Amino acid sequence: MSIEILMPALSPTMEEGTLAKWNIKEGDSVESGDVIAEIETDKATMEVEAVEEGTVAKLLVAEGTEGVKVNAVIAILAEEGEDASDAALTPSVSSADTSPVNGEGQDAAPSSPAGGEGGATPAIDERPAMMAANVASLSDPDVPAGTNMVETTVRDALRDAMAEEMRRDDTVFVMGEEVAEYQGAYKVTRGLLQEFGPKRVVDTPITEHGFAGLGVGAAFNGLKPIVEFMTFNFAMQAIDHIINSAAKTLYMSGGQMGCPIVFRGPNSAASRVGAQHSQDYSAWYANVPGLKVIAPWDAADAKGLLKAAIRDPNPVVFLEHELVYGESFDVPEMDDYVLPIGKAKIRREGTDVTITAHSRMVGFALEAAEILSQEGISAEVIDLRTLRPLDTDTVVQSVMKTNRLVTAEEGWGRMGVGAEIAAVVTAEAFDYLDAPPARVHQEDVPLPYAGNLEKLSLPGTEDIVAAAKAVCYAE
Amino acid sequence: MATKRTSSKSTSKDQMLADYREMLLMRRFEEKAGQLYGMGLIAGFCHLYIGQEAVVTGIQAALDEGDQVITGYRDHAHMLACGMDPNGVMAELTGREGGYSRGKGGSMHMFSREKNFYGGHGIVGAQVSIGTGLGFANWYKDNGKISVAYFGDGAANQGQVYESFNMAKLWDLPVVFVIENNQYAMGTAVKRASSETHLYKRGISFGIPGEEVDGMDVEAVRKAAEKAAKHARSGKGPYILEMKTYRYRGHSMSDPAKYRTRDEVDEMRTHHDPIDMVKAKIIDKGWSTEEDLKAIDKEVKAIVNASAEFAKESPEPDPSELYTDVLVEA
Repeated sequence: MSIEILMPALSPTMEEGTLAKWNIKEGDSVESGDVIAEIETDKATMEVEAVEEGTVAKLLVAEGTEGVKVNAVIAILAEEGEDASDAALTPSVSSADTSPVNGEGQDAAPSSPAGGEGGATPAIDERPAMMAANVASLSDPDVPAGTNMVETTVRDALRDAMAEEMRRDDTVFVMGEEVAEYQGAYKVTRGLLQEFGPKRVVDTPITEHGFAGLGVGAAFNGLKPIVEFMTFNFAMQAIDHIINSAAKTLYMSGGQMGCPIVFRGPNSAASRVGAQHSQDYSAWYANVPGLKVIAPWDAADAKGLLKAAIRDPNPVVFLEHELVYGESFDVPEMDDYVLPIGKAKIRREGTDVTITAHSRMVGFALEAAEILSQEGISAEVIDLRTLRPLDTDTVVQSVMKTNRLVTAEEGWGRMGVGAEIAAVVTAEAFDYLDAPPARVHQEDVPLPYAGNLEKLSLPGTEDIVAAAKAVCYAE
Repeated sequence: MATKRTSSKSTSKDQMLADYREMLLMRRFEEKAGQLYGMGLIAGFCHLYIGQEAVVTGIQAALDEGDQVITGYRDHAHMLACGMDPNGVMAELTGREGGYSRGKGGSMHMFSREKNFYGGHGIVGAQVSIGTGLGFANWYKDNGKISVAYFGDGAANQGQVYESFNMAKLWDLPVVFVIENNQYAMGTAVKRASSETHLYKRGISFGIPGEEVDGMDVEAVRKAAEKAAKHARSGKGPYILEMKTYRYRGHSMSDPAKYRTRDEVDEMRTHHDPIDMVKAKIIDKGWSTEEDLKAIDKEVKAIVNASAEFAKESPEPDPSELYTDVLVEA
C-alpha cells in the first residue's frame, strides 16, 4: 500500500498554505520524524515531519506553490517492500489538483451545532423555563407546630451547620486562615477545633490560591472540604480554582469528576475598610455554569442552606455578610434543618410592587416595605436566597401580581443580579409590567473610605423606598 | 488496553521490554495525533510529548495501584501510562462521543477515575495545587496512597506551586512533584525565565528534598521515582524530582520552534533518544532481537492505527450532550 502525504493543518485556523520547500526528493527513503518539507502559514514557517516510513515515490506539489489546501495530497510514499514507481501510479490524483482528495477531513471536521435542535432560535427562551420547572417542586421543610424557636446569631447558625454536618460525615472538614486555633477571624468556626481536632479543622498559611486548589484536589479524591475565605475579596487570588478547576471539570470530564466543595466566607462591604475589602461578588459567581451560589440573610436560612451546600455534590459558593454575623434570628430547633437550594422565599406579601433582594439587602427591603405600607404602598419582598440556580419563577409570579419590580443588591449595578432579574421579568412578564423595572445598587465607583462617601455609595432602605415609589408613580 | 505496569520494580529483561513497548506506544500515538491534527481531525491545541517518553514511563513503573496522577496539558502519554484506553484518548482528541470526556474536554481535559488519572489541566500550574489536594486526601484518609503531580519548567515559576510546596511540607503530605524540564516554556528557555535554573533546588526553602535526574534514561527515572515514592509513602512528606528532558516537537502544533536550532534537536534525537537507548540496551544484552522488537513495533502500530480508526468513526456527541454534566444531579 502506498501512503498519501497530505497538506497538514499547522494551526487551529489554517485552511491553506505555501509549500515553501521540499527537503526530500523522489527516491529518498524517509523515516518517521524526518523533516520532509517546510510550509508557510499566515503565521509562521513550519517544518513538516514524516509520520510513516517509506520511499518517496512522487512529489505532487512543486516547491513554491501557494494556496495549497489543507488535506490536499502533496506526496506519495511507497512502503517498505513496495516498488516506488508502482506506488506513484496508484492514486487517482494529478499533481495540479490541490483540492482535498479525501473529503473525510472536511466531513469529519464538524461545524458543531450551537444550540441543539433549534439552531436558529437563541437558547435563552427554553432554559429559564426548565430551571423554573425544577424549582417549583422545591419547598422548605415543614416546621412542626410547637417547635421550639431558638434565638441564634447568623454566626452561630453557620457554626452549628458545619458542626452538625461534620458529626454526620467524617469526610467533611474545614480549612482556611485562622479557622482553628484563633477560632475564626470572625468567630464563625468557634469551637470546631475543640470538637473535631486539627485534622478536620485546618489552619492554612495565607495562601488563598494554593489552598483553594488543594481543596479542589481533596474534593476530587473523596473528601468534602469547606474552604473558608477570610473574606471573598481574598478569594480573587483563588478564583481560577473556583471557576476553572471546581466549576468546569465535571463538564470537561464528561461527568466523571464531581467536585463536592463549599467555598464560604463574608462577602460585600464591611464598614469603613476601603475598596479592596468591600466588594460584592454575587454577580461574578452567579455568572458561572457549574457553580451553585447561595447568599442567605437570616440565621435559619444560613443554617439550613449551609447544611444543604455541604451535602450538595457540586461546588457551592456561599456568600455571607460580616454585618449580619452578629444579628439574631429565630432558628427552629430541629434535628436536621436542611433547606432546598434554588428556592426563593417570600418574606412579606404585598400587592403593589415586588422587591427582590439577597443577603443584607433583605433587611433593608423589609424596612422599606414597612415604610411604604405607611404611605399606602403594599410591597412584596422576595429573598432570593440562591442566586444560581435563580428562582425566577417565584419572581415572575410575583410581578404578574404586582405589575412592578424593584431589584436591590449591594454590588455594582452594571451586569448585575438586578440586571439579570429585570431581563428575565421583561422577557417572561412583559405584558404584566406597568412600569419599567428599577434597580437599586451600589454607586459605580470603588467603595470609598470616608464615612460620608461610603454611605453615599452603598444602597440602603431609603434608596429602595425611592425606587418603589418611582415604579408606582407615587409623588 | 494491553499496557500494564510490571510488578517488578527492578531492572530486568521484562521491565526493559515493557518500557520499550510503553514508550513506543506513546511515540507512535503522538505521531498519529500530529497526523490527525494535520488532517483537521484534531482541532484547537494539541501538545505532543515526543521525546519525553522516558519520564512518565519511568515514574509510572514505580507507582502502586491506586496512587493518583495529575498533570498539565501535555497529557496524552500520561493517560496511556495510567492504562487508559488509546481509543478513548484519541476519540477525545477528535472530539467524539467515544472520547474519555465524550468530546467535551479535548486534548487538555481528560480524566479517568477508574485509572486514577485526575487530568489533564489547561491552566499552567493549577495541577500542582490540585495534586497536593489529592495527597491531602490520602493523608486525611491515611490510605497509604501517594499522588504524583507532573508539571513543566514553565509552571515551576507559578506562585501557586510554592504555596503548594509549603503546605505539602508543612503537613508532610504524600506527594511526589515531578518537574518535566524540557528546557523550554513554550519559546522561553529556562535560563531566560528562571533565576535559579536548577529546579530541583526550588524546594530547599521549604525543606523538601529534590534531585536532578536524566529524564531521557528510563532506568534512571524509575530508580529515582522508586526512591521518591518510598519517601512520600513513608510519611516523610513530599519529594521533588527534576527530570531533564527534551521535546522534539514545538510547544503545540502551531509552534515553528524557531527559538532553538535544528542541530540542538538533532543532537538530542540522535544521541539521547529514550527509545533508541533502551532498544540498544536490549539488543546489547541479548534480551531480544531486532526481529522480535519489530514484532512489538507492529503490535504498537496496530493499536495506534485502531485508535485512529475508532476516533474517526466514533460519532460526534449528540446535541443533547450540550446541557449534560454541568451539575451533578443530587
